[in-house]
Amino acid sequence: MVDNDMRMDFYREMVRIRTYEAALQRDYHADKAPAWDIGAGLIPGEMHLSAGQEPVAVGLCANLVQGDAITGPHRPHHLALAKGVDMKAMTAEIFGRDTGLCHGKGGHMHLFDPGQHFSCSGIIAQGMPVAVGQAFAFHRRGTDNVAVAVAGEGAANQGAFHEALNLAAMWKLPVIFIIEDNDWAISVARDTATPVKDGSMRGSAYGMPHARVEGNDVEAIYDACRTAVDRARAGGGPTLLEIHTVRLWGHFEGDAQAYRGDELAAATENDPIPQYERRLVAAGLLDEEAIARIKAEAEAEVEEAIAFAKASPEPLPSDAYLHVFA
Amino acid sequence: MTVTESVDAGTRRLTTAKAISEAIAQEMRVNPEVFVMGEDVGPYGGIFGSTGGLFEEFGSTRIIDTPISETGFIGAGIGAAVEGMRPVVELMFVDFFGVCFDQIYNHMAKIHYESGGNVKVPMVLMMAVGGGYSDAAQHSQCLWASFAHMPGMKVVAPSNPYDAKGLMISAIRDDSPVIFMFHKGVMGLPWMAKNPRSIGPVPEEEYTVPIGKAAIPHPGSDVTVVSVSMSVQHCLDVAEKLEGTTSVEVIDLRSIVPLDREAILTSVAKTGRLVIVDEDYKSFGLSGEVIATIADTDPSMLKAPVQRVCYPDVPVPYARVLEYEVLPTRDKIEAAIAAVLA
Repeated sequence: MVDNDMRMDFYREMVRIRTYEAALQRDYHADKAPAWDIGAGLIPGEMHLSAGQEPVAVGLCANLVQGDAITGPHRPHHLALAKGVDMKAMTAEIFGRDTGLCHGKGGHMHLFDPGQHFSCSGIIAQGMPVAVGQAFAFHRRGTDNVAVAVAGEGAANQGAFHEALNLAAMWKLPVIFIIEDNDWAISVARDTATPVKDGSMRGSAYGMPHARVEGNDVEAIYDACRTAVDRARAGGGPTLLEIHTVRLWGHFEGDAQAYRGDELAAATENDPIPQYERRLVAAGLLDEEAIARIKAEAEAEVEEAIAFAKASPEPLPSDAYLHVFA
Repeated sequence: MTVTESVDAGTRRLTTAKAISEAIAQEMRVNPEVFVMGEDVGPYGGIFGSTGGLFEEFGSTRIIDTPISETGFIGAGIGAAVEGMRPVVELMFVDFFGVCFDQIYNHMAKIHYESGGNVKVPMVLMMAVGGGYSDAAQHSQCLWASFAHMPGMKVVAPSNPYDAKGLMISAIRDDSPVIFMFHKGVMGLPWMAKNPRSIGPVPEEEYTVPIGKAAIPHPGSDVTVVSVSMSVQHCLDVAEKLEGTTSVEVIDLRSIVPLDREAILTSVAKTGRLVIVDEDYKSFGLSGEVIATIADTDPSMLKAPVQRVCYPDVPVPYARVLEYEVLPTRDKIEAAIAAVLA
């Protein structure tokens, strides 16, 4: 059951993630003017931000403990932060610094934190079999840890998704497959990519418990994940959850999103954080002063992480030759 | 450089297939993190015998038959490896890499680098390679250069039982991912024509053959013949035939990555003449890399143009007469040696 302390934690964590990504967005674009060059600036390269999808990460990770694993997709920040990946080391990685999680070799799509058993991959759906293998190791060692594979609804049309589900179900492994359905695979609308309206139904093809969670509500997501995680920890095998969420911003920064038309305004109206904030205010858990304090705390943490990244040294050019082999 | 193993090979003779499965069994006995996964690796014992007898000793919890889901189970091997296990995963034929290469080159091979050295992937991916038995275009390729081209994977391809056992033990103990390619023709299978060299002396105890070190199974002074895997057996047959007339130095690379460039350079500096025998495709591959090793260092060490006996740039044909037209054979190797000495 979600209690009021948890509600406050959910809110704080969602605000923390949004504050982080808003700051990244600000700094990402800050030095790409006047001629916008994707490879320029302190944060070069593609940047996939997760604004709108915070309830998925927060509702999921509130069910996870130290030792549980997540493999995330190319849009990983919300999951990494909610999982407990160190914000400073992650930010330094995104800024390409030697103090980063991966000493500047990974960047924002390839964040690896073995302490948190967190990783992500830029290749759609391909992190899912890896999570199956992590669950295999946990199961083989007799732990009750679980592995979570998170991917977008576009990924569910990939073969790797189906192979991973079949293996996990066959071997009854402690895996939770989370499909973040944000309605868009870059510019291809979900409804033009598959005739399956409820993607969680695909779990039934593999004899796997499944559910679709509507509403992008952190509490409903928490509850659905609770059921799945409990089942996995108890030896009941994998679960497929499709969580209907919203992509508030572009596929990547610089995406003008002309293809979204009126849907974009509707999506913006469905920003889950102000919605949840209003609920907590109505419930008497939050007031203006508390909101301001929580946002100020998030901003302080985020700006400290960004300052740490900016003050950190770049890797030596010769470090490019390190770590090809162990 | 040449490595002379300290272990006496003894007199016990095994097939290469048996040598491989013995290596895996010995590592599994001492390390509970080692397990085997793939198609038909269980009671069948591997289509080419690489896991023979393992299921009987270790059972289904450690010798795991998988569905035909190469992306799924290679990915699962990676996941187990990043959590500290040491999976030996079999891809039945190298030719099948097309259905699962993302896991191999974008994940298995790159995770250690991408993570800045924080995450290791101690995994062996073994697979059958090679032709000569009319299995045609999709089941007969070698393709080691395709793997070697992409950074992050070690690539080994033994030519005989002794090296196969020692390289498998090295591969399982290595903290990097290792592609272990066994040529069907060197496995000593009872149901396929084979060179007698596919059965040979193998010590019972555990030993390692270092990855990245070539061997010189037939020293010589007139010409250097560089090869790997099954073709080494043909090269040795030719070298022995020519004894008394031509002194042929055969280099068995054993590893493609890392490539033992020093062994190549040392030998060619001595002989001045180079023949490369490679069952993988000729262009953009291993033979070109060997030549580049000479060209980058000192092209003047060559007294004659290099001769290459490689797979011409055609897919593997089916009919025997067509396949043997394009396979490296003893006749072609002998002709190449004659040409480089002419």
